[in-house]
Amino acid sequence: MAGAAPFPEWLEVVAIRGGAGMAALAVGAIFLAATGHDPWRAYREMMIGALGSPFAIEQTIIKAIPLMLTGLGVALAFTMGLWNIGAEGQLVAGALAASWLALTASLPTLVMLPGLILLGAAGGAAWAFIPAVLKTFVGVNEIISTLMLNYIALLWVDYMVFGSWADPTAFSFPYSRPFPPQAHFPVLLGDIHIGLVLALIAALLLAGLLQRTHWGYEIRTIGASLPAARYAGMRVRRNVLLVMAASGALAGLAGVGEVSGVIHRIQQGISPGYGFTAIIVAWVARLNPWAVILVAVLFAALLNGGFVIQTAGVPAAIAYMIQALVLFLVLASEHLLRRVRRRRALSQTRAALQVGR
Amino acid sequence: MRTALRLTVAIVVLVLVGTLAGPGTAQGKHKVAFIYVGPVGDAGWTYQHDQARQYLEQTLGVETKFVESVPETAEVARVEEQFIRQGFTVIFATAFGYQNFNVQVAKKHPDVHIIGIGPAIGLAPNVKTIYGRIWEGRYLTGIVAGKMTKANTIGFVAAHPITTVVAGVNAFALGVWSVNPNAKIKVVWTRTWYDPPKEKSAAKALLDAGADIVGQHQDTPSALQAAAEANKLGIGSESNMQRFAPSAYLTGTIWDWRQIDAGIVQGLMSGLFKSEDYYGGLVDKVVSLGPFNPQVPPDVQALVDQRQKAIVAGTFQIFKGPLRDQSGKVRVAAGKTMTLAEILGFNWLLQGIEGQSPTAK
Repeated sequence: MAGAAPFPEWLEVVAIRGGAGMAALAVGAIFLAATGHDPWRAYREMMIGALGSPFAIEQTIIKAIPLMLTGLGVALAFTMGLWNIGAEGQLVAGALAASWLALTASLPTLVMLPGLILLGAAGGAAWAFIPAVLKTFVGVNEIISTLMLNYIALLWVDYMVFGSWADPTAFSFPYSRPFPPQAHFPVLLGDIHIGLVLALIAALLLAGLLQRTHWGYEIRTIGASLPAARYAGMRVRRNVLLVMAASGALAGLAGVGEVSGVIHRIQQGISPGYGFTAIIVAWVARLNPWAVILVAVLFAALLNGGFVIQTAGVPAAIAYMIQALVLFLVLASEHLLRRVRRRRALSQTRAALQVGR
Repeated sequence: MRTALRLTVAIVVLVLVGTLAGPGTAQGKHKVAFIYVGPVGDAGWTYQHDQARQYLEQTLGVETKFVESVPETAEVARVEEQFIRQGFTVIFATAFGYQNFNVQVAKKHPDVHIIGIGPAIGLAPNVKTIYGRIWEGRYLTGIVAGKMTKANTIGFVAAHPITTVVAGVNAFALGVWSVNPNAKIKVVWTRTWYDPPKEKSAAKALLDAGADIVGQHQDTPSALQAAAEANKLGIGSESNMQRFAPSAYLTGTIWDWRQIDAGIVQGLMSGLFKSEDYYGGLVDKVVSLGPFNPQVPPDVQALVDQRQKAIVAGTFQIFKGPLRDQSGKVRVAAGKTMTLAEILGFNWLLQGIEGQSPTAK
């Protein structure tokens, strides 16, 4: 087998990933059949519900927007080896900051919208800055601190929506007053809001930053080898602060999109765990910004399909199980991919050595 | 001549049948969707709504479908739109927090009817909300708890501090104090409808704080089960929870949506729909009491029955002044009775209840 590979690498990657997805659906089908459901019908409903009509595609894209933004944020941090598990909290912090502006200031649309975007990004950045500071100056592990800050952010939402932002007409149900129309994100098509444009711009900037700038090179180097980066004189601390803030800002934008683009108020449950799913999105996308965009759409389809599959008589628990199976097997396939890569690298090295001889 | 007559009669009959059947079948075809906040297996709130769904299928022969575990967020609008695209014309969206989305979706689809859970935040011509005077049942279960407590401390696990839940906690306390003025009542808020571990740990906290009976307003029997595991007593809610803890279950409130849901769908079959904020109660059995535990003495059972009859007859009012809030301020003057609108505005707990309401004003 040494020498020329039988397939190009990308084909192998697609085959392994696709195979993992198929295997997940196959295992899911066994469970469906075993519990007395028609797997074919369930999957068909799932596909139709997620991508089978203009409405379904629209809903899937709306759901993909926060996954794209949080996924990009997480991918950026992970590229530098910063384990930011706090995208969920940063999303919420961004939503809180934007909600503050929307609910307290009366501004014309042209001022309000940039204000919401800037404040939302700032809110997310500030929330991520806390663990960054703790890491650089006190040595606190960012996995723990970012995770814990998620819960604090969520409790802040409770505090605000039960308190001064409460909607007086809602019989004390935990949500805020509605946003004024000036604070609604404009829509592009159907209900797809401009958050999509923000996400695409973010992906463009991030891809450019990582591949074409000196700063991006530093980020990648620090991620690949911290001692090497230090040896090369790179300022690691400064980069931890900057990258965490940028990562949080992206998640914060996702939060703005949810409150200004989708719900038009802030409430409990604005995110059904987008910030956590983002970790898987970033991972499956191998931290590549454009891949994050694509994977986010696939995951959004999977999430949307989870509700639609229920209308085929499949209980929510089994729908969640199928979603989890897909995640699990796609992540497991990463392991297989790594082995394939290692084998390929090994054979290439061998070939090179033979040439040299 | 005879043939002509026969022909005329036949034509008249045909036309009559045609005109009668025409709109009848057009209105008669209804596909009814249910959206649940928890799983159908929650054994409480959602379970009872699913009983109503099955009742519709059996008695009216309509096609139904449901989607469970839908959060009270924009997700519900998505699910409703999906149902509408599948040809569903009636949607029962069975959680309070779905309401804003119900109205949004209903405005886009004026030919679809959406029934939410009240109190109504907003209505549209094709939107209705239903609920019941759950506080009537809570008052009665309070009487049982007040009579049965030995520790003289009763706990209550409460879900979201929305006004109807607060009204239920207050009514429960008034029921307890009507027979046991010295009993302590402690309340813990979970701020969720459905979260079995959280409901259970809230109940455990109350038991640790000395309660020997735990009441609840939650979607599952978890609080009751916690009481049973600690060899203490509990009051059920939402469904007949006796089977989950036969020895601990004193009694409880039960929701029954079957008649009300069937009435709405039958109305729609004949083209009738009333956009309103509907409240049932003990009177129409939307709210009722579960079976008594044999431990509850006959005289207590008799007292509860008597109060129940008085409430149904309208001769007994639960929320009657003077009522003070936790800060001691008189909120309802002596001799005054709270109106339904005032009860639906409850954002304060009665003096003597321990535990803050997150919405206390």
